Amino acid sequence: MGTPTRSVSTPATSDRGTSTLLRLATAGSVDDGKSTLVGRLLFDSKSVLADQLDAVERVSRDRGLESADLALLTDGLRAEREQGITIDVAYRYFATAKRSFILADCPGHVQYTRNTVTGASTADVVVLLIDARKGLLEQTRRHLAVASLLRVPHVVVAVNKIDLVDWSQARYDELAAEIRTVAASLGVADVHTVPVSALLGDNVVDRGEHTPWYDGPTLLDLLEVLPTGDDPEVEAFRLPVQVVLRPQGAPAPGHDHDLFRDYRGYAGQVASGVVKVGDEVVVLPSGRRTTVVGIDTADTLADGDDPFAGLPEAFAPQSVTLRLADDVDIARGDLIAAASDVPETTQDVEGTVAWLSGSPLRPGARVLLKHTTRTVQAVVKDVAGRLNLDTAELDPADQLELNDIGHVTLRLAQPVAAEEYLVSRRTGAFLLIDGQDGGTLAAGMVGDALAAARCPAQRPVQYVI
Amino acid sequence: MTATDIPLADPTETTAVPTTALAPTDTTSEARRLSQLQALESESIHIFREVVAEFERPVLLFSGGKDSVVMLHLATKAFAPSPVPFPVLHVDTGHNFPEVLAYRDATAERLRLRLEVASVQDYIDDGRLRERADGTRNPLQTQPLLDAITGHKFDAVFGGGRRDEEKARAKERVYSLRDEFGQWDPRNQRPELWNLYNGRHRPGEHVRVFPLSNWTELDIWEYIAAEGIALPELYYAHEREVFDRDGMLLAVSPVSLPRTDAEAASVRTETVRYRTVGDMSCTGAVASDAYDVAAVIAEVATTRITERGATRADDRLSEAAMEDRKKEGYF
Repeated sequence: MGTPTRSVSTPATSDRGTSTLLRLATAGSVDDGKSTLVGRLLFDSKSVLADQLDAVERVSRDRGLESADLALLTDGLRAEREQGITIDVAYRYFATAKRSFILADCPGHVQYTRNTVTGASTADVVVLLIDARKGLLEQTRRHLAVASLLRVPHVVVAVNKIDLVDWSQARYDELAAEIRTVAASLGVADVHTVPVSALLGDNVVDRGEHTPWYDGPTLLDLLEVLPTGDDPEVEAFRLPVQVVLRPQGAPAPGHDHDLFRDYRGYAGQVASGVVKVGDEVVVLPSGRRTTVVGIDTADTLADGDDPFAGLPEAFAPQSVTLRLADDVDIARGDLIAAASDVPETTQDVEGTVAWLSGSPLRPGARVLLKHTTRTVQAVVKDVAGRLNLDTAELDPADQLELNDIGHVTLRLAQPVAAEEYLVSRRTGAFLLIDGQDGGTLAAGMVGDALAAARCPAQRPVQYVI
Repeated sequence: MTATDIPLADPTETTAVPTTALAPTDTTSEARRLSQLQALESESIHIFREVVAEFERPVLLFSGGKDSVVMLHLATKAFAPSPVPFPVLHVDTGHNFPEVLAYRDATAERLRLRLEVASVQDYIDDGRLRERADGTRNPLQTQPLLDAITGHKFDAVFGGGRRDEEKARAKERVYSLRDEFGQWDPRNQRPELWNLYNGRHRPGEHVRVFPLSNWTELDIWEYIAAEGIALPELYYAHEREVFDRDGMLLAVSPVSLPRTDAEAASVRTETVRYRTVGDMSCTGAVASDAYDVAAVIAEVATTRITERGATRADDRLSEAAMEDRKKEGYF
């Protein structure tokens, strides 16, 4: 086990009040060394504690290995350790002085689409591994396509096992060029490449000695500077109502009974954009217009001088409670949106779905659709084709099987304010749910999410650093 | 000094501390970024509101331990100015620290919450459970927990588990479906996409919900500091009569007495604190002079041992001890 040549300081607690959170997901094919890379990232960033390392070293010794198998740090389930594979998405946490990271470690071999879609849905960055000896595989293209489809802002391709091609710059340059071409053809917003040896540690956290020809950032350097998620500045305000808070004369201890007798607030997490007190808003699907008169949180409501002073504004992804000028009929599932930019409501949704269920999707299927905080009944009217991830074209298909990505048309029992996923990852996403056993059937994206892959130029690129 | 001599923190203190530490103060456009703690708080509040909207009978597992205290604090923030709209449930092993039980009762009283207690001692007394040879009661909590869930028809159970705690927990969803036997099937979990949680379940099934999934031990302590949350005093350095067992410091108490001559010879008074709070019989103290929250944060930020590794005998039973307990319906 190599000793890190660059020390990563323990997160300075004084910085953490202002440090941001980056969500990343890993993807790769079997044996690309993904668990080893994640283990290396955790180990070299000093996020592995002594007792965890002891356990890994003990098990590695028991198995007759000469050095600690860092993959054991992430393979948490009994079956995973026994079979030496990763079964399910595992979440890891590490921090540097600059940033804290939530890492969704997605297994590559079983149900790769299901796991990669899950990890990518919340990711700011996908870290995709390829084996320098094998180059780009069919699965690499698929992972890039999924990252593009789910509108992940950044993809970092770690060209791993560079030690096994004699640290060859020519091989790296060849692969990096190929990755850029494929990523561009699939409409990936922003792609970076790094030559790494997860086994030996080069260019993961520390630069190492073997790639003097590479002067770009290490993997961790990149992760520390890539901008996070969506930008409230450029998106329209949306807040799906989760619950209506109405204490009705019986407020929580610490709140004055009389002051809160008629309190009515609409609680939710800002899905996108910014809202200010005084802003005109529209409530969907009713279409009623009203004005925001207060933006409350538990902290502002606990203000002894003026519990209704509130915040001047709220932005995504804050959880707040809005007070509105008019007593309009608003319930869970309604969407409060900027009056200056109102989404349309519809009962007919066209979308791209990643099918995650073992039984196929056929036209005529009755399902539940969950969009923001609203769940409605839906019928599948049409399956318009299956995405060929190699050509980024739709192949004809009349049903979707497990791990297929395809285009479908749905008819809903009630209208939803569904926006194009290309415009908003929050209000453009939906789930399809089995109404009988409650299982999650599909991850859905409103509109032609594949358009970006076919016409990359149309894609808004806002995340280039 | 015995455990009962430890002064209890006054839980009413929380109301006296200004709780605006996390509120954004600067509203210029550059400031429209949430800090780490603000982002985690918002995510947890979102989870609480989703569950209350979509389930009929939620309940929150409340032990008086720091994670459950933070979880309950977040629940109060999610629904203010309305009261927390669900009861709290504690599985009392009969081996809990007395000062933690007192804190539990005072907190439920302060927030005017209904407190349900499922008692492992009752199960042992009437023969439904048998005391284990090693004396630990942590694994015995599962049956009273599942009976309470079934008996009260709870359909959503908030737990304070964090994914950074343990490697089986790292695979846990925020919404974790349990079958009618309370079992967790790690190989067949629902994919969890965006922040669209799927809480659909069949009659008899329930969902364990982990609002602190993405919090780390350090996040918890920094949030306790930022929000001025009062904890049971045993989380801070104090003098206690302890002895050595299996490399841990156990409190001398009626349920954790030295069993061997070597253990008896090691009895001494030390300045210690607890990183986790569970059964007195299997929760170890750590030598510490962290008398306040700032000192604890400094200690946690530089520690080289995980909190469960340092303090939980029950997780040392085997490589997959936690996974096995979880599959059977443990927290």
